[in-house]
Amino acid sequence: MRDVAIVSYAQSRSVRRELGANEVEMVMPVVREAVERSGIPKKQIGFTVSGSCDYLAGQPFSFVSALDAIGAWPPISESHVEMDGAWALYEAWVKLQMGEVDSALVYSFGKSSMGDLPEVLTLQLDPYYLAPLWPDAISLAALQARAFLERTGRSERDLAAVAARSRRDAKASPRAQLAGDFDVERLLADPYLVAPLRKHDCPPISDGAAALVLAAGDLARKVARRPAWIRGLDHRVEPHQLGSRDLTTSVSTAEAGRRAGVGKGAVDLAELHAPFTHQELILRDALGFGDGVVVNPSGGALAGNPMMVAGLARFGEAAERVMRGDAGRAVAHATSGPCLQQNMVGVLEGE
Amino acid sequence: MSEAKPVRAISTPIRLEYSYTAGRASTRFLRGMAQGRILGQRCPECGKVYVPPRGSCATCGVPTEEEVEVTGKGTVTTFCIVRIPSENLSIPPPFTCAHILLDGADLPFFALIQECPFDQVRMGMRVEAVWVPKEELGPTFECIKHFRPIDEPDAAYETYKEHL
Amino acid sequence: MERCAIVGIGQTKHDTMRIDVSLPGLLREAIAKAFADAGVSWGDVDAVVVGKAPDMFEGTVMPELYLADALGAAGKPILRVHTAGSVGGSTAIVAASLIQAGIHERVLTVAYEKQSEGNAMWALTVRIPFQQAIVAGAGGYFAPLIRAYMTRSKAPEDTGIRVALKDRLNALKNPTSHLVFPDVTYEMIRDSPLLWDPIRYLETCPSSDGAVAMVMTSEAAAKKAPNRPAWVHATAMRSEPTMFPGRDQVNPRAGRDCAAELYKKAGITNPRKEIDCAEVYVPFSWFEPMWMENLGIAPEGEGWKMTLEGATALDGDFPVNMSGGVLSSNPIGASGMIRFAEAAIQVRGQAGEHQVPDAKRALGHAYGGGSQFFAMWIVGAERP
Repeated sequence: MRDVAIVSYAQSRSVRRELGANEVEMVMPVVREAVERSGIPKKQIGFTVSGSCDYLAGQPFSFVSALDAIGAWPPISESHVEMDGAWALYEAWVKLQMGEVDSALVYSFGKSSMGDLPEVLTLQLDPYYLAPLWPDAISLAALQARAFLERTGRSERDLAAVAARSRRDAKASPRAQLAGDFDVERLLADPYLVAPLRKHDCPPISDGAAALVLAAGDLARKVARRPAWIRGLDHRVEPHQLGSRDLTTSVSTAEAGRRAGVGKGAVDLAELHAPFTHQELILRDALGFGDGVVVNPSGGALAGNPMMVAGLARFGEAAERVMRGDAGRAVAHATSGPCLQQNMVGVLEGE
Repeated sequence: MSEAKPVRAISTPIRLEYSYTAGRASTRFLRGMAQGRILGQRCPECGKVYVPPRGSCATCGVPTEEEVEVTGKGTVTTFCIVRIPSENLSIPPPFTCAHILLDGADLPFFALIQECPFDQVRMGMRVEAVWVPKEELGPTFECIKHFRPIDEPDAAYETYKEHL
Repeated sequence: MERCAIVGIGQTKHDTMRIDVSLPGLLREAIAKAFADAGVSWGDVDAVVVGKAPDMFEGTVMPELYLADALGAAGKPILRVHTAGSVGGSTAIVAASLIQAGIHERVLTVAYEKQSEGNAMWALTVRIPFQQAIVAGAGGYFAPLIRAYMTRSKAPEDTGIRVALKDRLNALKNPTSHLVFPDVTYEMIRDSPLLWDPIRYLETCPSSDGAVAMVMTSEAAAKKAPNRPAWVHATAMRSEPTMFPGRDQVNPRAGRDCAAELYKKAGITNPRKEIDCAEVYVPFSWFEPMWMENLGIAPEGEGWKMTLEGATALDGDFPVNMSGGVLSSNPIGASGMIRFAEAAIQVRGQAGEHQVPDAKRALGHAYGGGSQFFAMWIVGAERP
């Protein structure tokens, strides 16, 4: 396997509604920053992949206009996945493993504010049996949360503690949308949104964009003082039908984590893509993280959840901390689909 | 009970509401439309003028900010005659659509040609924008109803062939 | 870089509406054929790569999530590629890269569209606020470019008719074809209604439901395959922006650069001679001469000569679209992969009545968007 590292990361501040800028205007500064910081001239970047979702943007072929933000001239080798940018990162990583190119630009964007996000996500469901009933994403998460609390004996207080910790940690991040000190008792006094979930258990609606640059081997060593090496990267999907799987565990996360080599060493910190509080606990269990592992120092998706970006952002945030020397070994995770149906896990290490 | 036929298909209507943002560059352009003006933007690196502007130069990948106003006069670079009805237009076919290079702009603009027999549209033909009445102006592309021929000699092929 | 083999290929019968199957049923029809060809089953697949055009064509968001069950993907990685019209091609390239990078031994890739389930026409022309309304449809976008090509190249006006005739005759030899005109003639095409001048009805692609699947493997796994594999010799992708000053949409640079990289990687210096046949994305008949020039098969301005000389006919010296092409079957998300698959079918000697005798190397080509996204591959009968 070829040594590939994340050598730069940039992300817009997550906002509830980006009214001024369209997708191109949102993506452009983020891509410029990531490329500039990478130290690799834009025209030398070997491959570009993006992640985005038409139904988020309310128009087909929505990724095409974003190409204007890149300056694709002379023509570039470029691809796109209709998935979170983490899967664009995966495609780019595979390309670098092939050996034909030495660097790649990965970017993703999403404006969840444009539509009714829970309803848009309902359309991810089985179009014959599930979608016509219109169960929204929050209700499905609540279903999972209920089952989780009952099986494990965790409490709503445990969930509120995740929310409070995440938003407190987010105070240190200039990119966070929801940050501040929240008292667990006060949170628990709030009414349910969809029981057993309260508003604080759910992610904010966010607009945003992110970009990062991958480089291989000597190129990474040349341009970055301390590249964040991707030592392992794997993703797995579970059955779609919610009744076919145990919603209270994340077997695909455990499997991806095993294949990525999470257990091969100590984990200093983990950025886990958990849009809902109970999902962080499910993911911790799946990856075998006890209380000693710092989770989501950035605040995670609970502090800012731009769809199609939040997964890539976990990789970017983890990579930044490795590159800064704040962590020697970090785990990044991304999820897609209802109730953690699909999961990606990566292990990042400094030298 | 009569024999029930197997269900072969179901119809599941979907309705989603979206709010769209024009973006900064489009906002400038559309406000210009509302004033009866055509506003483009020039790229600071290559100097080319985009009409309508998109906030970035697609080849240089940099933001475009310098505003450039262009007139509604231009040259047809290429065209086609549409003979089937269009979903988005109430004009009956046949009608002609063309790429029009506005004077001062560096890339063509797709538009409808009217006030001209559909089969007399030709490459190089000089045209001008026809606006809606002043009281109907608003922040929309529809301020320009169509383009019509003007009394100027056809542009020489060399002047527009790079835009073909 | 590892070698990648294609050991199984399957396609559905493409049609206007495949109401006889559900969405997963459509995919599994193609996959079952690919598995039978490859001598494998669900448990042998390590990863799945799905490709399709905008989700709005069917109304399911990110359908790889829903399809995970039907595609046997539980416990496996699944990816969904979306690069507009070229998606079928780029999906195949992503699938191949998983083998070439040594990550998996066996990858199932499938591309599809079941556009009868949604409203593809609506999705292609939907009015988006603050954007210019599309008044002329997809054909209306490309027709002016075709007129520009005709002016530049001074091609005879009936070149498009000849291409359409050839492709529609080829379709009669392909059992998966959607559009089948057993009595097609030059006059029938010439007299069909003009839609967007100069494009006639019978020079236009249909809107189809259909799917295509391929099983790709490593060299080691290919040894276990019962039928002769096709080998990936080279792949390339290029994109350029939709609109910029001076953009040549008739002979886009992205296409030329993509082909140049492709030939370089495959060690080809004279594509007309060294490639035996090609499956090229031609949704409107005039694109054949345009792509022949863009691909460097014919000199600039002379692509139409190949058509007129009969060079691109099934029995010509450079057959193009032996399958009947996009003009005969067009499930939008699948069309690019159908081109790639048909190229592989040729070098495996599996094309039956539309086989080019002794085809050793074939080109698969896909494009999308405003002639701005290109995906291409060269496959061969010999291991590279």
